[in-house]
Order: sequence, then C-alpha cells, then structure tokens
Amino acid sequence: MNIQIKKYFYGDIPDDKSGGNIISKETKNDWPLWEIFIRSKQGLDHKHVGSLHAADAQMAIENARDVYTRRMEGVSIWVVQSKYIHATAPEEAGELFEPAEDKIYRHPTFYKLPDEVNQM
Amino acid sequence: MTVQDLEKIFLQKIENEIKIEPRDWMPDAYRKTNIRQISQHAHSEIVGMLPEGNWITRAPTLKRKAILLAKVQDEAGHGLYLYSATETLGITREETINDLHSGRAKYSSIFNYPTLTWADIGAIGWLVDGAAIMNQVMLTRTSYGPYARAMVRICKEESFHQRQGFEILLVLSRGSKEQKEMCQDAINRWWWPALMMFGPHDKESTHSDQSMKWKIKRKSNDELRQNFVDMIAEQIKVLGMKLPDEHLQWNEEKKHYDFGEINWEEFWNVVKGNGPCNKQRLDARRKAWEEGEWVREAAATYAEKRNKRQAAA
Ligand SMILES: [Fe+2]
Ligand SMILES: [Fe+2]
Repeated sequence: MNIQIKKYFYGDIPDDKSGGNIISKETKNDWPLWEIFIRSKQGLDHKHVGSLHAADAQMAIENARDVYTRRMEGVSIWVVQSKYIHATAPEEAGELFEPAEDKIYRHPTFYKLPDEVNQM
Repeated sequence: MTVQDLEKIFLQKIENEIKIEPRDWMPDAYRKTNIRQISQHAHSEIVGMLPEGNWITRAPTLKRKAILLAKVQDEAGHGLYLYSATETLGITREETINDLHSGRAKYSSIFNYPTLTWADIGAIGWLVDGAAIMNQVMLTRTSYGPYARAMVRICKEESFHQRQGFEILLVLSRGSKEQKEMCQDAINRWWWPALMMFGPHDKESTHSDQSMKWKIKRKSNDELRQNFVDMIAEQIKVLGMKLPDEHLQWNEEKKHYDFGEINWEEFWNVVKGNGPCNKQRLDARRKAWEEGEWVREAAATYAEKRNKRQAAA
C-alpha cells in the first residue's frame, strides 16, 4: 500500500522530504519511559494517565506531579518503568475475551423475577 | 493473516468508531500520518511558549504574571502529552525533537509572529488558543486512541487560556484611549494569521482526503475556519472592537458570516520559513536543547550511580 498524503490540514503540514521514517534508536542520554498512575481521591483506584521520560523514579514522580496534577487531579502517584509492563497482545483478544460474551447468565439481568422481588 | 485481512479489520474498526491503539495493526501510511501530525502538534505547543514567554517578565501586574506563567506551563504540558502520544507509534522523543531542530518538522506558523505589546497576549489567548480549540475539540474524536486521550486532557485546560485572553482585551477595551488603541492594534495584527492557522482552502487539495477517511481529521479546514469566524464575529461585539475585514458580514441565507480572502502568499511565505520570527524561534529551541545537555547527562549519571549503589546494598 502506498498512499501519498499531501492534504494540508490544520495541525498537519505535509513535507515531501519528511513524513516520519520510523527507525527507532536508543541513544545514550535517553531517559527511560515511565507510565504514570494517579489516584484522584482517597477511596479510588490509581488510574493510568500517560507517560513521561525521567532519569529515575524520583524524577518521574516529581515530573508527574508537575505534568498531571496541576489542578488537584491527584492525591497519590504511582510510577513504573514502561518496560516492566506486560500486556496481552491484540491478536489474543478474541481467544481471551470472547468466551465471556455468551455467558449472559453471569449478569443479574438474565433472571426474570416477579415485580415483588425484582429489587433483588 | 494476510495484510489484506489486517487492513480489513483496521478499516472495520474505523468504520465502527473503535479507536486504534498502539499495538494494533495499522497501515504504514496511517502510522506515518499520525507521527507527522501529532509531533507537529507537539512542536507547536512547545514553540508556542516562546511568543508568550516574551511577556512573562513584563506582565503589567503580579496577577497577570501568575496567570501567564500558568498558561505557558500548561502549553509545556500539552507538548509533553503529545510527544508521549507520538512515541507510542514507535518513534523516539529524541528523533522527534531532532526533526524540529533540523527544520525538517514543522510547527504552526502562527508562532512565527512577534508579540509587540501586552495586548498581544490577550489576542493570542482569545484568537490563537481559540482557533486551536476548534481543532482540538474535533480531535478528541480522532481515531488514534492515545492522540484522542491527549486531546481530552488538553481541551479541559484550554478553555482557561481563551478566557484569560479575552479578559485581558476586555480590560483594555474599557481603559484609556491608548489602551483601546493597543487592543484594536493587536486584533488587527493577529486576526489574519489566526485565520491562516486552519490551512489552505479545501478545494486546494487535489489528493484524496485520506485523513478524513481514516477519521484522523473529522472536519475540513474551511469548515473549522467558518465556525471560528462565526464565533469571533459575535464575541468581538462585547469588546466594542472591529475585525480588520471590510467583507465581514452576516449572511442570512447561509446563516454564517461571509469574510474576505486570506493573503495566501504571506501564508506560504511563513510556512517556508520566511516569517518574521522563524529563525529566532528555532534558534531559541536549539539553544535550550544544547544548554540543557549537561543537565540531561548529570541526571543520567546520577541515576546510574544510585542504581549501582542500590544493587550493591
Ligand atoms: Fe495548548
Ligand atoms: Fe493553550
């Protein structure tokens, strides 16, 4: 597939010479990538909010505070280096998650009860 | 699975408004377009700090200074959200930044105009952030998941930017004769460049609208520009100022404002690097990067030492 995209949209300025060649290389001073999780208030789970680069965990926490909690969005921060996150592959999604689809009897709405006890 | 099959699944997701996530299969051109667009967007946020940064030390009051600092800090955050989103597509931060510094990557041309008076800070917030918001609200529904999520975060922060800008102008518009003139002058200088932010006319495009089909973009340049004109033409009445366009007029039939033609020669000139501040902006970015080299090195060395100490303990 070889599609040339030349339309000049706002926020997208095509340049014939550019267009992002995707060659990834790690350079010496590249700080590792960290995933950031924020608890927005006591009683709630930490939730993934994004990522950032930092030399170490301390710096990752400090930067996360500046970047993700400027408007009282958090009361607690977790950081974890991205390389330590293990994830399911998109190709496995069917095999892993589809079996749940035909087990509707796991949901309360599957059971039709008389009105008198339907608050159950 | 063959590439054809994968592409079919990909297009089905787009069709059904299911977001594309980093590890999903996607066509190369989709990846490249997103890398280019998101990184340009990131660069725009970062370079965009420069014209406003010019006035942080000269803000008229401590309150205005604190507000401007907060706004510029937000823009740094926006740049970061977007660089992170770019990285999910398999390009490193350093490459992206190198592309900016080498001049290979672009950023929004609006930031190549100078900020001459305090009123410019008001005009930027109202018009430039206002135009950016039009685009960004649309992009909260873009098809690439990390980009859409970054946009949701950014849009939450942006409305303060536009409001503080309008308020600066509102105060000036109710001030002395000189302040009123300053207000009008800033509007005169920023109006046309703000309209240019939306890019060339839709009809200028001879190529297929791949970005629309892939739902990266969801509204055309002219559509967004028209929405913007309709909004600003009403808001300016509150300021008692005038937009510098004699063709600006409400069109009852279309239920939109008609407006004059943009000076496209100026537009292309600035895109090609010949705007009033292109060189100054890139020089400032390169200088910041080069002078920060020792900090990056020191932090990396410190982290390495600490890791070794911890491993030994
Ligand atoms: Fe921004
Ligand atoms: Fe902004």
